[in-house]
Amino acid sequence: MSSTLSTPTSAQEPGGAPSGFEADRSADSFGATVRAYVDRVRGGDLGALPAILGIVVLGLLFFALRPETFLTPRNMANLADQAAPIIILAMGLVFILLLGEIDLSAGVVSGVCAAVMAKLLADAGAPWYVSVLAAIVTGVVIGLFTGSLVGMVGIPSFVVTLALFLGWQGFTLRLIGEGGTVPVRDPVISAISDKNVPVALGWVLALLTIAVYAALQLNRFRVQKARGLAHAPLAVVLVRIGVIAAVVVLVTAVLSVDRAPAVGVVLAGIPYAIPLVVLLLLLLTFVLGRTSFGRHVYAVGGNAEAARRAGINVTRIRVAVFVIGSTLAAISGIVAAARLGSVAPGSGGGNTLLYAVGAAVIGGTSLFGGRGRVRDAVLGGLVVAIIANGLGLLGTEAYLNFIITGGVLLLAASVDALARRRAAATGH
Amino acid sequence: MSAPTDRPEDGTPTLELRGVNKSFGAIQVLHDVHMKVYPGQVTALVGDNGAGKSTLIKSIAGIHAIDSGEFLFEGKPVTVGGPREAAALGIEIVYQDLALADNLDVVQNMFLGRERKNGILLDETSMEEAARDTLSKLSVRTLKSVRQLVSSLSGGQRQTVAIAKAVLWESKLVVLDEPTAALGVAQTRQVLDLVRRLADTGHAVVFISHNMVDVFEVSDRIAALYLGRMAADVPISQVDRPQVIELITAGRSGNLGIAPADAAAVEV
Repeated sequence: MSSTLSTPTSAQEPGGAPSGFEADRSADSFGATVRAYVDRVRGGDLGALPAILGIVVLGLLFFALRPETFLTPRNMANLADQAAPIIILAMGLVFILLLGEIDLSAGVVSGVCAAVMAKLLADAGAPWYVSVLAAIVTGVVIGLFTGSLVGMVGIPSFVVTLALFLGWQGFTLRLIGEGGTVPVRDPVISAISDKNVPVALGWVLALLTIAVYAALQLNRFRVQKARGLAHAPLAVVLVRIGVIAAVVVLVTAVLSVDRAPAVGVVLAGIPYAIPLVVLLLLLLTFVLGRTSFGRHVYAVGGNAEAARRAGINVTRIRVAVFVIGSTLAAISGIVAAARLGSVAPGSGGGNTLLYAVGAAVIGGTSLFGGRGRVRDAVLGGLVVAIIANGLGLLGTEAYLNFIITGGVLLLAASVDALARRRAAATGH
Repeated sequence: MSAPTDRPEDGTPTLELRGVNKSFGAIQVLHDVHMKVYPGQVTALVGDNGAGKSTLIKSIAGIHAIDSGEFLFEGKPVTVGGPREAAALGIEIVYQDLALADNLDVVQNMFLGRERKNGILLDETSMEEAARDTLSKLSVRTLKSVRQLVSSLSGGQRQTVAIAKAVLWESKLVVLDEPTAALGVAQTRQVLDLVRRLADTGHAVVFISHNMVDVFEVSDRIAALYLGRMAADVPISQVDRPQVIELITAGRSGNLGIAPADAAAVEV
């Protein structure tokens, strides 16, 4: 419109040289990216660092204490089975924590849903898919109920879910009966934890995963570079692909070794729980990172008023995250029931919720809302499962187990709170 | 930057208010307010605390419905039933608290609630390009990256992002509520340059400020509210600073402002 656009506008920009967005235009060097990462960590944004450190340190610790049992293929498969229900429950909690809300009833909801499934299987003789569907629908309905109380009525989620924590336990008790257990013997459902992916198919899936991941990463890099958008340097992209490939190959290799306790039988391959977790990880990461719904979840968690003014239906998002949380709780309950082979009135009670919240927070999801990823549930869930698994191998008494796990959750929450304070102080 | 131009007020004002009244219960906040805002010009809206500036911009934004009076947008009478209708007309308001999500980056904030999509996928490429285009058009050179989190930005940069967000939507009228309050000297400079550039790119700008230096630096017109009445709505070349301060504090200055009888009535 006017000539003023091209003239230098203030003394701060001598010569009127066009500048700005320099970090986007110049292809940053590998070193610069590493330095930026170190700065971020110093600034309080720890990301996945505590969880990865936890996995490595705890892994080494238990390996040193129980060298003959901890790192064996059999225990690794067991660890995967142990971690799966925790991880899946924690994935749902990530969505809820992203809004700065909490669901204290998530654990017992997983119990209710598992009880619904078990009753249908055992008493009504329903096929597995009907029972699983019924369990998931139960989760959706419970989520709608919780979400409506929080989002529409406006009761703090802490209070709503504390009340439901008690209420749903009563529901499970009524369903199953005092002192009773309902067995889960359906072969398809038991297969989640009992059966393994055939070794050859496991390798095909593993290599396919690596290939698809590499293709997606490289393609994104290509598009961003070609159109002059902000992008990570190629070296960083390659390192990322390399790390994922190494982890996938290592896990597949370990789990492809015959781990049968007796000679003559073969027990090898990836437990089905792992592909299930990976599938959920991919699906939910896609939802959070690539859809407008996911973007709105982050926005409401970061600044609900800004989201409201931007025309986002904040109530709808609130209800939706509770539905997602309870749905994943249902899946977690099914996986846990498959592992234990039964559902009891206490299913989903005890430390189930504590483990899952701990997993999400250890993984790097903030209790204050706005920060978190689905992968946090996986990394944190592994840390929690390693603690439970390792302490089991050490044969520590139950009281010590509780104290240690509670302590770890407290530690993770402290790291979260301190990181937040540091971030506020350094402007990250 | 160009000095505020003394363009003739021909052409159609982007926004024209005629005889607008607004009451909250028994309290009348706006009395017969007339105001014209022209494209390509910065109109400063000044007035003491409680003069009705906030009520006026909330009426423009569609948050408050006016009781009576005419609301003309680009010469056509319209009724603005809500913030969405205002946005559809091309009215964008940048509130003082900016309403940015700290945990999202610049691009994500600029497109918040109006994301571009490819099927169900977010179209990040096109959003990043459009965000950068808009920022470049406004000659914003202070951002290191459009993928920076808003939490890492300075106050002036945040203001810049909030303003750029308003401009992204082919807005015709941009209302800025005290954009330079709480900013340092250098950052105030950046924001004032941006306000001027907004007008130079053809937007009609309403600039609310208590700072007379800022007002005289960037504005083409000045509209002074005094106890809910428009004391003056004139080209800035017709008034000087003492006169504006008199208009703000007493409602009249020389032959400008509310008629003495009216002013006396207001005092009572």
